[in-house]
Amino acid sequence: MAQKKFVVGCFDDEAVLFPAVRQVRAAGYKIKDVYTPFAVHGLDHALGMRETSLHTAGFIYGITGTTTAISAISWIFTKDWPLNIGGKPHFALPAWIPIIFELTVLFAAVGMVLTFCYLCQLAPGVKKHRFHNRATDDLFVMVIECSDKTNTDDLKALLSANGALETNVQIAEEGWWFGTYDNDNEDLYNNKQLA
Amino acid sequence: MASIKEQFEIPGKLKTWSYALIGVGAVALLYGMFTKGFSTDEHEQVHFWGTLMYNTIFWTLICNAAMFFLCFSTMAQAAWIQSFRRIAEAISTLVPVFGAITFAVLIYVVVSDKHHIYHWLDVEAVAKDPILRGKTGFLNPTFFIIWTTLAIVLWSYFGYRMRQLSNEADVAPMDAATAKAFNIKSMVRSGFFLVWFGLTVASTIPWLWLMSIDAHWYSTMYSWYTFASSFVAGMSLIAVWLIYMKNKGYMELSNSEHLHDVAKFMFAFSIFWTYLWFSQYMLIWYANIPEEVVYFKHRVQGPYKPIFFLNLIINFLAPLIILMKRSAKRNFTLVAFMAVLIMFGHWIDFYQMVMGSLMKEHVSLGWLDFGVLSFFVGVMILMVARALASKPLIAKYHPFLKESVIHHT
Repeated sequence: MAQKKFVVGCFDDEAVLFPAVRQVRAAGYKIKDVYTPFAVHGLDHALGMRETSLHTAGFIYGITGTTTAISAISWIFTKDWPLNIGGKPHFALPAWIPIIFELTVLFAAVGMVLTFCYLCQLAPGVKKHRFHNRATDDLFVMVIECSDKTNTDDLKALLSANGALETNVQIAEEGWWFGTYDNDNEDLYNNKQLA
Repeated sequence: MASIKEQFEIPGKLKTWSYALIGVGAVALLYGMFTKGFSTDEHEQVHFWGTLMYNTIFWTLICNAAMFFLCFSTMAQAAWIQSFRRIAEAISTLVPVFGAITFAVLIYVVVSDKHHIYHWLDVEAVAKDPILRGKTGFLNPTFFIIWTTLAIVLWSYFGYRMRQLSNEADVAPMDAATAKAFNIKSMVRSGFFLVWFGLTVASTIPWLWLMSIDAHWYSTMYSWYTFASSFVAGMSLIAVWLIYMKNKGYMELSNSEHLHDVAKFMFAFSIFWTYLWFSQYMLIWYANIPEEVVYFKHRVQGPYKPIFFLNLIINFLAPLIILMKRSAKRNFTLVAFMAVLIMFGHWIDFYQMVMGSLMKEHVSLGWLDFGVLSFFVGVMILMVARALASKPLIAKYHPFLKESVIHHT
């Protein structure tokens, strides 16, 4: 549970957001994330995030599924319980391919969903600080992490100069916590702010 | 947009190469025609006309796949294709050319009663054969000629109409109402092509042209298998031309994002082709009924075994392993290599589909096949380059062009 100080800037236009992201990064600030109501193409690139390794994980899960299927079926049908099915050889590869395929897909799909939830810290009861509730509605919310030396007023001025409609400073939990929001009854549109 | 090169000038080297390929191909074609095609030996005749058949059908179908690609993208209002749509259009201009060659070859085969190629042409054999008698409503020369004519003429015509419409995007900027009308008109015209494509390439035409070589045998997967084969090769052909044009400094508006999506089609439809290949094979293998197994017997266990498995390696394993990674699909060199490999692979696929049924005893892959291939490749290169040079390379007032320029995968 580490509390940190963040500067938050809200934008309502992608065309304004992208130059602003570039300006803020060029000025040397560290952007924690930009929360958007929908997936914005190219934003990950503009933020300088690395490629996700989710697909590599998916490949490994898929290969695991393939291996599991091949070893299980071949052991069952050739060693454990050989059956004569329609006069086919015990090692009847073409007949197994649908099952091998299905198990590959099953492992890859379930594995990737779980990995995605792990990477994004998504689980029942897992809570994260909401920087601005309209991030799920109509605002692009840029969150910048402050260091000891950050001058929040300068940063707010920079954001406003680059088209932010609203800026504020928040002290908030950086990661996730398990439980509830402390201020669930508070007006959702009225974030805990620190001037 | 001022810096965009809109006019393609055919490089001298390209012309030289295509003339050389056509020259080599024409020599092989003529030599083959007189020594084999018109020889008295039926075996030689089958060899020559079979080779010509699979080559010309292959090239007609993959050029038609380019128009199919344009039409279904238009129907789905897919904007990303607009930056290189003129390449697909240029490839589709070959449908009437290759279609005419296909028409000539097939009509010759049917009219001159080559029942060693199409067994159902043999009137006496059909009269004694209850299975073939049951198929005479579909497999008869009259229907064959009418349907073949209709197919080729209408592919060419609907394709021509689509290309004509695309010219309108060169004239002047469109306001919202004009752009909307243009969009609806494009969708209607592509609809005509798509419906006819479904009735021909995706169903009847492969039955008629290719599957009827094995007159007794049938497979419900066959048309889709042929379609998948020609479509993935057609996407590869588009990729090759896109990369060539980029390499020559044209097509500035297309970048690795567009290549990525083209390569996705190559990857996805290689898998789709394998799915159909496997579905066709597995059911026949499992049921093991003699009249069905007859198609695979000499392919899997006979002389065609190396080609049969080479086909699977080139068209399934290679794209699966090499094109799977995102970085591979965005790499121009690698996609160019894979596109040529896939086209070669599906040419081999068409080879075994036709020649595997016509010459069961031995594999004849040799100078005639590569000679005829060289003729078609030469004609394709020359005609596509000419078609590209005849129009601006960018449909610059197309309503979807901007969306294509900022395309991001």
